[in-house]
Amino acid sequence: MSMSLVQQLVDGLAALMLLVSFALLAQHRLLSVLHWFAAQGVLLAVTATIVAYGTGNHELYISAVMTFLLKGLLLPWLLWHVIKRLHVHREVEPLVNLTLTMLIALGITLFSFHIIQPIEKISESLTSDSMAIATACVLLGMLMMITRRKAITQVIGFLAVENSLFFAAIGSTNGMPLVVEIGIAFDVLIAALIFGLFFFQIRTTFDSLEVDAMHAALQDREDEA
Amino acid sequence: MFLGTLVAPLFGGLMLALVANTRLAFGINVATGVATFGFSLALALGILEKGALNPVGGWFFLDAYNVFLIVLTTFVGMTTAIFSGPYMRHEIERGRMDAQRMRLYHSMFQLFLFGMLLGFTTDNIGVLWVSLELATLATVLLVSLYRTPASIAAAWKYFILCGMGIALALFGTVMVFFTASNVLGHGNEALSWTRLLQHASELDPAVMMIAFCFLMVGYGTKVGLAPMHAWLPDAHGEGPTPVSAVLSGLLLNLALYALVRLKMLVDGATASETAGHIMMAFGLLSLIVAAFSLHKQRDIKRMFSFSSIEHMGLMTFAFGIGTQLASFAALLHMTVHSLVKSGIFFTVGHAAQAMGTQKMAEIRGLIRHHPGIGWGLLIGTAAIAGFPPFGVFTSEFLLFTATIDAHAWTCVPLLLGLLIAMAGLFRFVQPMVYGETAAQAVPVRVNMLPVYVHLALALVLGLSIPSFLSGWYEQAAALIVTTSVEGL
Repeated sequence: MSMSLVQQLVDGLAALMLLVSFALLAQHRLLSVLHWFAAQGVLLAVTATIVAYGTGNHELYISAVMTFLLKGLLLPWLLWHVIKRLHVHREVEPLVNLTLTMLIALGITLFSFHIIQPIEKISESLTSDSMAIATACVLLGMLMMITRRKAITQVIGFLAVENSLFFAAIGSTNGMPLVVEIGIAFDVLIAALIFGLFFFQIRTTFDSLEVDAMHAALQDREDEA
Repeated sequence: MFLGTLVAPLFGGLMLALVANTRLAFGINVATGVATFGFSLALALGILEKGALNPVGGWFFLDAYNVFLIVLTTFVGMTTAIFSGPYMRHEIERGRMDAQRMRLYHSMFQLFLFGMLLGFTTDNIGVLWVSLELATLATVLLVSLYRTPASIAAAWKYFILCGMGIALALFGTVMVFFTASNVLGHGNEALSWTRLLQHASELDPAVMMIAFCFLMVGYGTKVGLAPMHAWLPDAHGEGPTPVSAVLSGLLLNLALYALVRLKMLVDGATASETAGHIMMAFGLLSLIVAAFSLHKQRDIKRMFSFSSIEHMGLMTFAFGIGTQLASFAALLHMTVHSLVKSGIFFTVGHAAQAMGTQKMAEIRGLIRHHPGIGWGLLIGTAAIAGFPPFGVFTSEFLLFTATIDAHAWTCVPLLLGLLIAMAGLFRFVQPMVYGETAAQAVPVRVNMLPVYVHLALALVLGLSIPSFLSGWYEQAAALIVTTSVEGL
């Protein structure tokens, strides 16, 4: 594979990454959100493999395998399990209607390309647009977190942000050193386990997975105190 | 010595996960704390004699700046372990805790200390991020320890907000790596703080500035700076008191430490004071917001957590000024704040147990009920409000001197914030300590020794800083400043 082909492939994957981030925001059903989330994980693993091949950086193969197992399989499976066990309502229930969300997302993407301009001038790595796209994906993940009512969609947003950060690392810097990658993967894994634990605690305590219920509990506490 | 400092809490944490007997676990917890403190003290003396070190193949590094924070961390960790024994026993008697969750508590407490120490000692800014995240994750489970609806909600808020903040900090770190890998090559070198500092002027200023914005918001969330502070009062108010003490006294320090380390790199790259100015703005805003919010509180732990935001704002402001004197003041302030604030939380914990409530309106007549708690709270509050002769007064005085030199007009909001905060503290504390004892008060077993030791140390730092300690602060302040000046 020639260098320009690798370049084109990574560019294509970056575009797909942005597409998936939009798709995550546009879903009505919780299970479809989960499918797109899993797709994002697989996409990351593919990107890592291609960059590893293109740059000859063998550490990245390990990252790719780790990403595939953790973000493509384990985390989606864990979340699916939670949704099934807790009988979560299958609708997404956004706070802001989806059309408006998409428009905001569009604005965020333009904004990201604008702020990343100075960085792209000095870029010597494989792709030029991947940093801007990664920034956009990070912000879109955050948008997902703040516009959804359920704890579980907040978590998917959080993990999508984590995915975008990983994409920033492989797409524009050809991967962080392996020690750091492993540390981050370890933290994400622990975080996911704690999230899982929390779902059950929240469910038993509040009888739903709505964030509003938790907010109300804190408000009450503040008022009575 | 170095490895001992790091391995002791890790080993202790793993061992405590297996110990079911609460009394034994308490003993192991204290023993681990004492051992860690001993190791770190020996380590610090070594650094004082021989200067900076790079143990274990350059993966870690120790200089004047971080070694005193390590000692501070292990010291407060040790006293908190001692305090939590009788405190937690009372919580078990009240039925708020059981043996199973005590096991989780002890194990996570040591794991948290391990994360803290790893963060302070590592040379790799990526590993620094990982360890800060580790310390956060360990404390999330501690905040929800009581399993009340409010504590679970508080822990969730803490988890989500700090998770978000820390994700932004990771993005900033990726950007630093992005520009550094062009200079230092693609590998661990490009994340090594000491190497980055040597080559700071070669890093791309535009990228470093964008990276700093992400790092500022990211680590700033963890420091508890306004307007990203929403998680802090809830986490402090709903978690068990020993956890509030270490959150306020230690975890916030690590986040600020990380921010200052990275600011040194950014200053070197941009050769401007912009990063410092951003920190000053955040610091000042936090001070003012916290000072006003303090007046609206009704829960005693939430009230003191706003005081923590206020003081973290003050330190951020001082580091932002960035002169030698200001950095000296900030480091001193960091020390005395950790000591006094964790001491106050110990006292508050006992006070809340004695009165059976955290509501300030129902806590009355502490001095008459239990002089130890009452006087402890009053003296602690006087110390944190900045009354002489305690160390907080000294550091705030130095800070004002530095501010007048650098940006004289900022003294006005600074002074205003401090006065409003002081008024708020005394407005609530006075009725709690004086007057008739509230009817529902119950006798409690207390261990006020850690509180007195903390306050005594703060007093010593206020009266006369021992020469080896001031020399140490000077070294650390010089270290922080020289890099900035070289950049200019």
